[in-house]
Amino acid sequence: MTTTTVIPSVSREFLLAVQQESQQNVLRCYQCGKCSAGCPLAYAMDLGPRRVMRAVQLGLKDYVLSCTSIWICVSCETCSVRCPREIDIARVMESLRMISVEEGFSPAEKEVEIFHRAFLEVIEKRGRAFETELVASYSMGGVGALRTSMGNIALLPGMLSKGKLAIVPPSVSGANDVKKIFAKVREIEQRETSGGSE
Amino acid sequence: MPGAYAYYPGCTQESSAKEYGESTKLVCEELGIELHEIDGWTCCGASSAHTTNHLLSVALPARDLQVAEEMGMPVAVICAMCYSRLKYASHELNDPKTLALVNEVIEKDFQNTTQVLHLLEILDKERIPVRKPLKRLKVVCYYGCILARPKKVTHFDDEENPQIMDRLLGKLDAVSIDWGFKTECCGASLTLSRRDLVRDLSHRVLEAARRAGADCIVVACPMCHSNLDMQQAGIAEQHGSKADIPIIYFTQLVGLSLGLNPGRMMFDRHFVDPQPLLREKGVI
Repeated sequence: MTTTTVIPSVSREFLLAVQQESQQNVLRCYQCGKCSAGCPLAYAMDLGPRRVMRAVQLGLKDYVLSCTSIWICVSCETCSVRCPREIDIARVMESLRMISVEEGFSPAEKEVEIFHRAFLEVIEKRGRAFETELVASYSMGGVGALRTSMGNIALLPGMLSKGKLAIVPPSVSGANDVKKIFAKVREIEQRETSGGSE
Repeated sequence: MPGAYAYYPGCTQESSAKEYGESTKLVCEELGIELHEIDGWTCCGASSAHTTNHLLSVALPARDLQVAEEMGMPVAVICAMCYSRLKYASHELNDPKTLALVNEVIEKDFQNTTQVLHLLEILDKERIPVRKPLKRLKVVCYYGCILARPKKVTHFDDEENPQIMDRLLGKLDAVSIDWGFKTECCGASLTLSRRDLVRDLSHRVLEAARRAGADCIVVACPMCHSNLDMQQAGIAEQHGSKADIPIIYFTQLVGLSLGLNPGRMMFDRHFVDPQPLLREKGVI
C-alpha cells in the first residue's frame, strides 16, 4: 500500500470560520463514526464525513478544503439526523463548500461546482430553472462538463419525444424579483466583508 | 374537508415532471381541493443555492412564501426538494434577525406566517372516494432523502420510517410492502456531474425494491423519479440488471383510483412504461 504524507496547515481561525458559517459546534463531535456508516456516498469520498469533522476540529484547512467529499456530499442529511451529538453535519459540508469557493480553492470535483454555478446563473436570468438551458450552460463549463453531459446524449431522443425537455424558456413575472434578490445578496455580502463581521 | 391552497408547482412541472403536476391538478380538482398558483412563483434555489450562499438559499423561497402570505393561504408543494427548501426557509426565518435581513433582501414586510404543506400531508387528511381500487398492486413507497428530513425542520413524519405515503396507498387498495430503502438517497443532483454515482445509488434502490417483491416504486419527488426512471436503462447497463421497474408518482395512482382517465395520467411520458404492468393487474 502506498501512503501519502500530508503536511497540513493548521489553523484555529479556520475552525472558527466553519463554526460561524455553519452555526454548528463542530467540537461536540466525539468521532463515533455514525455519519460515515450511514452516508450513502462515503464509499466515493476521499475522506468520509467523520474524518472531515475531525480535520475541521484540528483546523486542517488545506486538507479539508481540497477533499472530494465536500463536493460529493448531496446534502441528503442522513448524517445530520443520526448524529448523536446533534450536529448538522450536512450543513458543515455546505459551509466547507462555500468557504472553499470564497478562498479560491480549486474544487476537487470540478463538474459538481460547475453544475451549481450553471443552475444559479439560469435562475438569476429567468427566475426559474429552465432545464434545457441548464444542460447547455453546464456543458459549456469545461471539457469535463461537456464529456459528462455527452454521456447522457442517448437520453435526448426519448426526452424530446416525451416532452421532458421544454424548448421555450418559461416566462416568469417574478423573474425581476429574483434578479434583485441576487443583486441585494451580493451587496450585503460586500458590506459585511468590507465592514468586518457584524 | 377540502381546503384552498397557494400552489407552488416547482420548475420541473414545466418540463421533466409534467405528469406529476398534471396528475396533481386533476386529483385535486376531483377532490375539491382548490389550488391557486402563486402569482409569478420563482425557483426555490434547489440544492445549488444552499450549496453556494446561505442568505440566498433563504431569500429565494422567502419571496414565494411572502406572496403566499398575501394570498392568506397555506402553501401546497409537490416537489420534495422545493418542500425542503421552503420548510428550511420558514424554519430559519423564525429567527428575527434573519427575518429582518431577508426582508431587506426581498424588499417586503414578510411576517413568516405561511404554513407549508406537502400534498401527501394534505391528502392524509382527506377522504379519498376510491372508485377503481388498485387491486392489491404491490408497491414500495420511496420517500427519498429530504421529504422527511430533518424532522425538526419539516415536521413531516418519522425520519427513518415514514408511513404517510404507505397509508395513502393502503387506502387505494394497493399493498405497500415494508422495506429498508424508504429514505435512502438516489444520488440527487449529481445526475449530470457524477452520473456514475447516481447510477450506483439508484441501482441499490431498484435492487432493494426487487428484493422486496414490488411491482413498482411509488415516488413523491421529481428528482428521484428522473434518476430512477430516466437513468434505469443506463443503470441496467452499468450494473448488469434489467430496466423493468416502473416508477410512478403517487398522484398518478390516486388519479387512477378516483376513476380518472388513465390517459390523462401521462404514463407514456415515462421511460420505463408502467402501462403493461397496470394492464396486467387490471388497474387500467
